[in-house]
Amino acid sequence: MSQSDIFIVLIAMIGGAIRVSTPFMFVALGECVTEKSGRINLGLEGNLVLGAMVAYAGSYTTGSPWIGVLMAGFSGLVLGAMHGYICKLPKVNDIAVGIAFMSFGTGLAFFFGKPYIQPTAPRLEAIPLGGWSSDPSIAQALQVNPLFFVGIVLALFLSWALANTRWGLIVRMTGDSAASARAMGVSVDLVRLLATAAGGSLAGVGGAFLSLFYPGSWNEGLSSGQGLMAVALVIFARWDPLRCVLAALLFGAAGAIGPALQSIGVSQGYYFFNAAPYILTLFIMIASARSKSAAREAPGELSIVK
Amino acid sequence: MTAVVASPSIERGGFNPRTIGMIEALLIPVGALVASAVLFSVFLLFLGKSPVTFFGLIWTGGFGSAFSIQNTLQRSAPLILTGLAFAIPARIGLTLIGAEGALVLGGFSAAAVAIPLVSGGWTPVIGLPIMALSAMAVGAMWIGLAGWLRHYRGVNETISSLLLSYIAIAIMNFFVEGALRDPASANKPSTMPIGDAYRVGSMPGTSVHWGLAAGVLLSVLLYILMSRTTFGFAARMTGGNVRAAQAQGLPVGMLVVTCCAIAGACAGLAGFFEVAAIHGQANASLVAGYGFTGILVAFLARQNPLAIIPVAILFGALQAAGGLVQRRMGMPDATVLVLQGMIFVVLLVSETFYGRIPFLQPKREGGR
Repeated sequence: MSQSDIFIVLIAMIGGAIRVSTPFMFVALGECVTEKSGRINLGLEGNLVLGAMVAYAGSYTTGSPWIGVLMAGFSGLVLGAMHGYICKLPKVNDIAVGIAFMSFGTGLAFFFGKPYIQPTAPRLEAIPLGGWSSDPSIAQALQVNPLFFVGIVLALFLSWALANTRWGLIVRMTGDSAASARAMGVSVDLVRLLATAAGGSLAGVGGAFLSLFYPGSWNEGLSSGQGLMAVALVIFARWDPLRCVLAALLFGAAGAIGPALQSIGVSQGYYFFNAAPYILTLFIMIASARSKSAAREAPGELSIVK
Repeated sequence: MTAVVASPSIERGGFNPRTIGMIEALLIPVGALVASAVLFSVFLLFLGKSPVTFFGLIWTGGFGSAFSIQNTLQRSAPLILTGLAFAIPARIGLTLIGAEGALVLGGFSAAAVAIPLVSGGWTPVIGLPIMALSAMAVGAMWIGLAGWLRHYRGVNETISSLLLSYIAIAIMNFFVEGALRDPASANKPSTMPIGDAYRVGSMPGTSVHWGLAAGVLLSVLLYILMSRTTFGFAARMTGGNVRAAQAQGLPVGMLVVTCCAIAGACAGLAGFFEVAAIHGQANASLVAGYGFTGILVAFLARQNPLAIIPVAILFGALQAAGGLVQRRMGMPDATVLVLQGMIFVVLLVSETFYGRIPFLQPKREGGR
């Protein structure tokens, strides 16, 4: 591997990190809000896939990809609200409901998505930030999607709102101690329902990115566990929206190794590098489980870290 | 705390608690199935399709003829095994959803050990058990790893087992597209075919492969293990309260890893039968979603190994009839997925009714 090859791989990985990380970022931010309120939603994979399908269908029928994004957010909102409503019934296990919604959302997406596998829908336009460079690989890597910036602004907003607003306080209190929230006259079920619905709609928007920008078409193999990896990522990011963004970029870079190496002709072990994000997630989970600082920062009501 | 009631049978308004438990365990899942059928009918009407035609076709495709019954049983064999793979760890309190990965990796390793066995001219009488054992061992290691990480490292087993599934599929793809690829498999990369001599045949008088018999046998054995032995009692106690089990000096870590290993072995065996009885080689067809449907099967059977058998047959019928529905009604193959997802969601909602069915409740002394 020569000097320039390493350069190309690095540039491709940075570009890949920006591209691949966006869906991770949205799902992780959504899950972060949900988990802050003390509930876990393992079913965001279903929201992601359904969001991808709805966004593509919306963009195809209306001709405007942004309407597709809104529709994807709405579909995620509906699934999230259903999840939140079912979890508030007594004796219902939120982890199991998550698994059920994973298969229900995916099933709905495959069912209604059949007619949209062939046609091409208008995609989201990228912002060419690499225009200053004459190097085509840099220009190509810096084709950044506006949703990436939306995600970053959202993370900044959430980080501020959770710390400084009345609503943020209520969400954190519900997540840390349902009993004190009740004592303060807060409806725990309602807060969690809203937090799950909001988280679900963000995951839907993440799905819109998959089908409308990268990879940029709708098919049944579009998502392979990104929704679930994002849940692990939130634990790794210790329930902090800004750290969620950094973790998403790290995951994006891991996911970009395979395609980046392929771009310089190294296709050996392509499938192995495809597994890199999963292996990375697993190692991160092993490293962050039972850590004292994780236990300190975890919302007190959350069952998954115990 | 109120005082313990001396005579529960009087307190429970005539029913004894064990009977109430059994009635609930039967009534609520069946009710959930009926409710999801109604919901799905509404969904079909909304799309302008006839629910009567749909359920008629499911019946015809699943149980309508000798051929369709055998097709159903054939498909229920892996579902019994993956259902067990979810149910056994569930008894010890773990939610493991990685059976798909153990199935794929088990099937792949069976196909991989078959290569030297076939080329070395070994007789299938020796070779097939070696294939089955290696599939079970690899599956047991894979799910056992998730259990080990859970108990000794505190890693959430639901997420880790699903991640391990994706890793398992990547490992199979890595070898199937590379070192172990059969050069003759152009469009669909596969391992070398195991050959006709190594095929597991059908049970006498049927066209159903031996995987069904293995699944039924394992269900019975695991039922006995979980409800009639000291091991099963210790495992269920751990599932009920880990701290109490530890305080009693039970080897909780060993119990957790063993239950997971049993689960993995079941899923691995399902992979062996998929390779040795259906596909004849390992390729992407192994990733057929049996592992995920198994979760639903186990939930509907309330983690009872014996109840898994009829439930697996029901879902086997649904899958067997999928093609017929697709052809006759012009609906996508994902129709069955939607129905399964709906059943899953409704089933979990129905959990809320345990202990809350009015006519089964104890009559309270002194009225309300």
